[in-house]
Order: sequence, then C-alpha cells, then structure tokens
Amino acid sequence: MKTGAQVLCESLISEGVEVIFGISGGTVIPMYDAFSEYPQIRRVLVRHEQAAAHAAAGYARVKNRAGVCVATSGPGATNLVTGIADAYMDSTPMVVITGQVACSLIGKDAFQECDITGITIPITKHNYLVRNPDDIARTIKEAFYVAQTGRPGPVLVDIPKDVQTALTDVTYADAMDLPGYKPKCEADPAHVASVVELLNRAERPVVLAGRGVIVSQAYEELKALAETMQAPVVHTLLGLGSFSPQHYLDLGMLGHHGTGYANRAIQNADLLLALGTRFGDRATMRTSDFAPKAVVVHVDIDAAEIGKNVAPFASVVGDVKSVLAHLNPLLKSVDRSDWVSQVRRWKADYPLTFHKPTKKLSAREVIRKVCRNADDETIVVTGVGQHQMFAAQEYCSPRTNGFISSGGHGTMGFELPAALGAQVACPDEAVWVVAGDGGFQMTMQELSTIVQEGLPVKIAVISNGYLGMVRQWQEMFCNRNYVDVNIHNPDFVKLADAYGIPAVRVAREEDVSGAIERARAHPGAFLIEFTVEPEENVFPMCAAGTSLNELIEAPQTAVAR
Amino acid sequence: MSVEKSHTLISLVQDEPGVLTRVAGLFRRRGFNIESLSVGHCEQPGLSRMTIVVKGDDASVDQVTKQLDKLINVVNVTDITRENMVARELALFKVSATPENRSELMQLCDIFRSKIVDVAHDSLIVEVTGGGEKIDALGNLLAPFGVTEMARTGITALTRGGKSSTDSED
Repeated sequence: MKTGAQVLCESLISEGVEVIFGISGGTVIPMYDAFSEYPQIRRVLVRHEQAAAHAAAGYARVKNRAGVCVATSGPGATNLVTGIADAYMDSTPMVVITGQVACSLIGKDAFQECDITGITIPITKHNYLVRNPDDIARTIKEAFYVAQTGRPGPVLVDIPKDVQTALTDVTYADAMDLPGYKPKCEADPAHVASVVELLNRAERPVVLAGRGVIVSQAYEELKALAETMQAPVVHTLLGLGSFSPQHYLDLGMLGHHGTGYANRAIQNADLLLALGTRFGDRATMRTSDFAPKAVVVHVDIDAAEIGKNVAPFASVVGDVKSVLAHLNPLLKSVDRSDWVSQVRRWKADYPLTFHKPTKKLSAREVIRKVCRNADDETIVVTGVGQHQMFAAQEYCSPRTNGFISSGGHGTMGFELPAALGAQVACPDEAVWVVAGDGGFQMTMQELSTIVQEGLPVKIAVISNGYLGMVRQWQEMFCNRNYVDVNIHNPDFVKLADAYGIPAVRVAREEDVSGAIERARAHPGAFLIEFTVEPEENVFPMCAAGTSLNELIEAPQTAVAR
Repeated sequence: MSVEKSHTLISLVQDEPGVLTRVAGLFRRRGFNIESLSVGHCEQPGLSRMTIVVKGDDASVDQVTKQLDKLINVVNVTDITRENMVARELALFKVSATPENRSELMQLCDIFRSKIVDVAHDSLIVEVTGGGEKIDALGNLLAPFGVTEMARTGITALTRGGKSSTDSED
C-alpha cells in the first residue's frame, strides 16, 4: 500500500520526469511531503505560479517533451492559468498538477477551493479531477500520453488533498482508457502521393514552416525538401529554428512584421506548401488576400486545422516528419533558378531597415548583436512586443529549435521564467533572455529563482521606457495619442544587484559588444540594461486588417542595413 | 458552400462528469449555435449518445465536427444529415381546454397520432413524437386553444439499416 502522493511521484518517475516547477501550498502539502522521498525529481521553487507554468513551457519547448508544474488549489491554480493558455496556444506539451480541497469539501466553497478543471477546459487538451487514489497511476500515464502525442498541449490533473493521503494498492498502471483519443501521426501514403504532382509542376513554390516542423523534428527532411524543390522557405514566428537562417533558401518570417522578401514570396508563389502551421492571423493577415496566386497544400497533424483559417486546395493529415519521409523520395529535382534568383533579388532589394529617429542606441542594433553572439549552443528566449519582433527578424543562429517565444497567446512576462526552464533543460548551453522593460516587470521576481537555483541565465533588458509595441500603434494609428504607455522603470542594475546578480547599464553603441562579451564570460547569471531610443519602431509592418501586399517599410530617414 | 442549414450530428461520448460541459463549452467558445442537443445512455455501457442539431454552412459544420472529435471524451462524431435516418423528438403541450372544445382537441390529437396523457378540468397535456416539423405543425394548430406550457426534448436520431450510425468513413 502506498499513498496517493507516493503513487503520483512514482508515476512521474516512470514517465521520465526529472524536474518539476512549482510552489507548495495547503492542498499540496502531502504531495510535497512525498516529493522529499524521491530526490531523483528535482524541484524548482519559483516565486509565482505563472512562472511555474512558463518555466515548464521553456523546459518542454527545448526538450520536446512535457514540462511539469505544480501548484496548490485556489489562487495557486488560477495563477497558472495564463501559462496554461500560453502552452495551449503554442502546442506546448505540459502536465499541470494542482492540489484540490478534500473530496468532502468540493462544491462547498471551501477555503482555497476553485473549480480549476472547469476553468481550464477551454485551454487544456484535456483535464482530470482524480477522486479515487486507485486512479492516480492511470491518470498520470494518460496525461503524459495525451500531452505529448499528436498535436501536443497542456493536460491538467487536479488531485484533492485526501486523495493524496489515501492508501492504494494500485501503484502502477500499464493500461490507459482513452477510447476517444486516436492521434493520427503517420501520414497516409496515398494522400501524400496525391499532392506530389502539384509540387512537381509548381514554378514558384514556397515552403511555409511552422512549429510542427520542430515538434516532429523534421529538420533534415525540411532541408532536403527545400533543396530538392529549390523552394524558398518562409517560417512563422514559432517556426523559427526549423530551418537555418544561414541557408541560401531561407527568407525569414512572414506576416505582420515579416520581412519584405518573405511576404513578397508568399504573395507571388504559385504553390504554397504549409507544414505544421495553423495559419494564425498575425502570419496571414487578411486571409482573402493571402497567397492569392498560390495553390495551397496544407500538412498538419491536427485535422481540425485543415480549412479552419485558410482553405487549402489539398491537404495531408499527419506529422510533418512522416509526411516528408513519404513525400521527399517522390519529388523531382526541377530547375527553378529563375524563381530562386527572383526571391534573392527581393532579399537584396528589401533589406531589414533601421528606423531610428535620434542618435540614441537602437534596440534593433542591440538585439542584432545579441543574436549574432548566439552560436549553435545558445538558446534565445524572448517576451512579447517590439523586442520580440526585432529578435525574430534578426535571429541568425543555425541551431535547431534555439528560439523560444510566446506566439499565439502573446504573453508578456513569458521570457524570464521560460528561460529559467530552458536553462534547467540545457544546463550546458547558454540561455539568453531578450526582454522588454514592460514584460520583464511582469515576472522579474523570478530573478530570485534564478539565483536560488544557480542558473547562469543572461538577461538583456531592452529599456525604452515605453510599452513599445502599443506606443508604436498609438503613434501610427492614433495620431501619437500616447495613453498609458509611458512606464517609470526601476534601476534594473540596482534591482539585479539586490538579487545578487551582477549587472551593467549600456547606453552607447560602442559599449554593446563589450557588455555582451562580459555577460557571456561570466559564469553565472548576468543582466544588461540597454537604455535605447524610446521611439524606435519595428518595420516592415502590415497594419491590422490589411494584407501582406500592404507592407509599410521604414520611413525614408531610416538607414539601410 | 455558404448556405446555412441544419445539420444533425451524432456522437458517442464517455459517460463521465463534465462531458456535457466540454461539448457545450466548445460550441460556445468557437461561436457555433446548438439548435438542440439530446443525450442519454446508449447500447454500450460507459458511453452516452448525443444527438446535436447545429445550424451552419458545410465548412463551419465540418469545422465543429472536427473540433468535437478532438475532445478526448468524445469517442466519435458523425454528421448524418445526408444519411437516411430516423430523427424523432418528443414534445409535451399543456393546452387550455374547456368541456366545449375538448373533443375538437382530441380529434386534432388523433390526426397527429399524439396522446393525451393528462386531463384536468381546464387543461390537458398532449404528448407527441415525430420530426421537428410535425411538432411545429401541431404546435401551430394548438396555439389558438391556448398553449400554457411546452417542453421539447430535441431531436434524437439513428441512421436506417444495419450499419452503425457512428461508423465513420475512415
């Protein structure tokens, strides 16, 4: 006989869990009591439950397996919600374990009772309330299976306190009960064969790579596909890291802040092969004008994504790696040198440009240097906003899956806790946080966790004194009516010092590289506050409601790259 | 393609707490409208059968079907709109009735093969089963007498013939 909490720990171990991110509290005290008996599971104690979820996401994204976070009932569970929604939107595998009040108190509005399974139905792939200790082992097995297979996502398991302390004989599960879950991973070769002719006949093909390429680890297959087809590769924000930015066929990111050449290639393609992407609105912009000349072939593991946002001419359901494994041998090597020359001309004609109204330090310049410093053993983690778009445009490392960012949910404050999780996942690699001063202040309490865990995270805070992306929109679309975008910042250097993290402030261009070098050489965590031009804008840009054709380039005063 | 019409979906779901919330919540958050939903036990222990009538064009109903299929507790879901099916609904009407018009009401009920299941001195309750249009028609005819209450179960349906209603194409 074992307690429910002990069975939980042993189930986590049998799923290969090495680390959990969490905070204890009233209804998980029995669980934490049991955790101490299983030292093979590392516990990372964060300072806010939202950070536990983001840290688990950072870990999961880098490791390509479920991250685990733990919180108590009530406020602990609700604090996780933003992180769970973020994981759901970005198809991040995660198992979330929450404590719940004792079964006899459920429904009585007990202290710290909250219906977390009800709250998280729309933002989890599945969730459970475990009322019987005999069900713990099977539930944990199912949770990991559901979270990690098919299109990944978060699964929440809510365990009442008395179920954690109750004794059970059922300490191990070898069977699951999931009659309704049939993830289709293996592509149907007949479906694959049906699109080959379209691809071989195309004169101006473009491959659009989404996060599905990374999830299925189809890096080699994508490279072989692009080279055989002589098709340029455009990626989504979350597809960054699926194809080397240094490859001659790479065109960078499409969409709202996509490159001029990526968006032009999409709009002029006669065939668009979309791999593992959901055609998010920030990528496609106005869908009625998206890829207007192209036959769209959509490959996705999630059948519900086919035709949801963009109606394809043909589709294949399956994971990208399996589809490309069947597809690549059937492709003809076709001379498309005219098309490749054309997109390379666009790349030369429409470079990324600086928009810098004054002589102050440019955020783009700083982020470019941080990105160029990132080698194939560096992971870059960003928050959400202008700095994120600069980073997505400037990221140039050939490392696969080396760029971690919050895409669909667009969660400011994701960066620091996600980086913490990524660093736990990859202790021997460098992890760089690129943060905005707004988002950084949403989760900066995690500096404390970083110190406590001895994580050598390098943090670049891009400080412009504004909620920059909103300010840019207010400048461009609200006649510079700046409303609640000006933020008074603390002294980030002193703040880091208070936590015991060495830090420097950089305001001059000539000091940027030295500071990055110093941070890199320092064995532990290091923070650089870059004080940058307050009103620098991100270009190119498609305004909300417009199409990829209506790209706004940087103003004439801008300096070409 | 964009013609809106009613589709009948039938689904087997695991008989677990919260499954109705999951299904209903999916319709709400994705902006689909349920015209009717009926649910109850089916021939397989541990599973319930749902019959859902949803209005939309083919593309949006295809989308809702796929989204439903993604719910872990949903074992399968099939759009049987184009199938040869038996679709029935049960309705109860409480109608004002006087000794003078009671026989007229009873004749009307006979025509619809409906039953009078309760008689009081000033009212009676009519029970009718059939397709939605039949129930609408009876309701319209009963209205002048004064329908004080009405309850409808929503459509429940099976496909005709020996094949299982929820055999999916793939």
